[in-house]
Amino acid sequence: MTRLSLVADRHPLASTDEQKRRLRTLPLVKSFDDAIGGTAFGPRLRATGVEVFQINVGRKCNQACHHCHVDAGPDRTEMMPDDVVDATLRVLEGSSIPTFDITGGAPELHERFEEMVERGARAGKQVMDRCNLTILRTQRYAHLPAFFAKHRVEVVSSLPYYDESGTDAQRGDGVFEKSIEAMRALNAVGYGVEGSGLVFTLVANPVGAFLPAPQKSMEADFKRQLKRKHGVEFTRLITITNMPISRYLEWLDRSGNTEPYMNRLVSAFNPATVAAVMCRNTISVGMDGRLFDCDFNQMLDLGVHAAAPQTIFDWDQRLLDQREIVVENHCYGCTAGQGSSCGGATA
Amino acid sequence: MSEHNHYYDPADLKKFGEVGKNAKELGEKFFSWYGSVFAEGALSEREKSLIALAVAHAVQCPYCIDAYSNDALEKGANLDQMTEAVHVAAAIKGGAALVHGVQMRNIVTKKTM
Ligand code: SF4
Ligand code: SF4
Repeated sequence: MTRLSLVADRHPLASTDEQKRRLRTLPLVKSFDDAIGGTAFGPRLRATGVEVFQINVGRKCNQACHHCHVDAGPDRTEMMPDDVVDATLRVLEGSSIPTFDITGGAPELHERFEEMVERGARAGKQVMDRCNLTILRTQRYAHLPAFFAKHRVEVVSSLPYYDESGTDAQRGDGVFEKSIEAMRALNAVGYGVEGSGLVFTLVANPVGAFLPAPQKSMEADFKRQLKRKHGVEFTRLITITNMPISRYLEWLDRSGNTEPYMNRLVSAFNPATVAAVMCRNTISVGMDGRLFDCDFNQMLDLGVHAAAPQTIFDWDQRLLDQREIVVENHCYGCTAGQGSSCGGATA
Repeated sequence: MSEHNHYYDPADLKKFGEVGKNAKELGEKFFSWYGSVFAEGALSEREKSLIALAVAHAVQCPYCIDAYSNDALEKGANLDQMTEAVHVAAAIKGGAALVHGVQMRNIVTKKTM
């Protein structure tokens, strides 16, 4: 069982080159590049604009989930330095991009997290915080639900299943219970409560090597079970497919599931999901200011296409708007079945 | 020639589509009907998947058990629900065996003093 990050374990898969090598050498019937080539979006997938400005502020996290695609954990210390935060906020404030999405690690652990939220909200952006819930149960961050409500932040939180065994198996012992307590704190300030306008989104991803269940039916189950058993509410549920990278890839390897899982993703390739893959309207900013098509590409160290500006310091939205997307075989995770993105199912 | 020397091979599950060979029209009809059977209707996709899982155990088909264990997970079922489905199959099989005891009793009653 992984309890530390792959980096701390000195695991070979801590290296992005090793992950890429692993994914490139799998005996798949078709590469993702070829699969895209066979659709109306081929031969090269392109962005349609930048509507979501996502930043990954660091690897530090109070949890150490088994499937973490960021390889985050309490043992990681890397955080976005000041000059990158400054440049990032300047670009955001000067742009007309409507959504500012903050992720990590646990993004709240960044020293300037609250400033980022405040400046994003002041610039008229819809701010989203990818919050792991348990952080809200620590004394130091217990004020955040009220802070979020003040700035009308959308809170987006992972809860893989509506019961303890499913959730704790993936996210660690005691996480379900603490998550429920955090949901109560969010409900108390209006999050997930009808009519409040405060959006509280839950993200469910499969606890294992299979595709997510249909989003609508899962949402109905979660709503019923969480309300009935725990008296907590949320606004909507989105399902996400586990990406075959980082710690989840390590688990796939260890459990002998890598090839069957990849074959499942390939066989479930659904051309109808391609139009809405998130890279087409997202830009992802890394800790060091480098630009990526999405957070997954960021974790594989696959920067944006060479023809586009490479860092936040040479931002040029015109060039980014129609850039060619850098795709590899992990991208099958976004196009299987009902599709998967930071906004949930896409088909 | 097949490389394996037993009747069931997990890799054969992927060849399910081949049942349409030599009977194209019948195969197409079967698969089109099969798809409709499992689509959301008066029963949800998950309910249908759990029924399929139970029947797979009743008919003891390893291919179907493999397919519908995976499918039930992908329809959002958990191991508690899947285990209960298998018990439903077992209860019906067990009950079906036991209820034939009535027939046995009839015969024995008739034949003995
Ligand atoms: S809470 Fe999120 S960032 Fe932290 S370890 Fe879990 S998946 Fe990774
Ligand atoms: S992994 Fe990233 S680049 Fe690949 S399809 Fe998904 S969003 Fe796009």
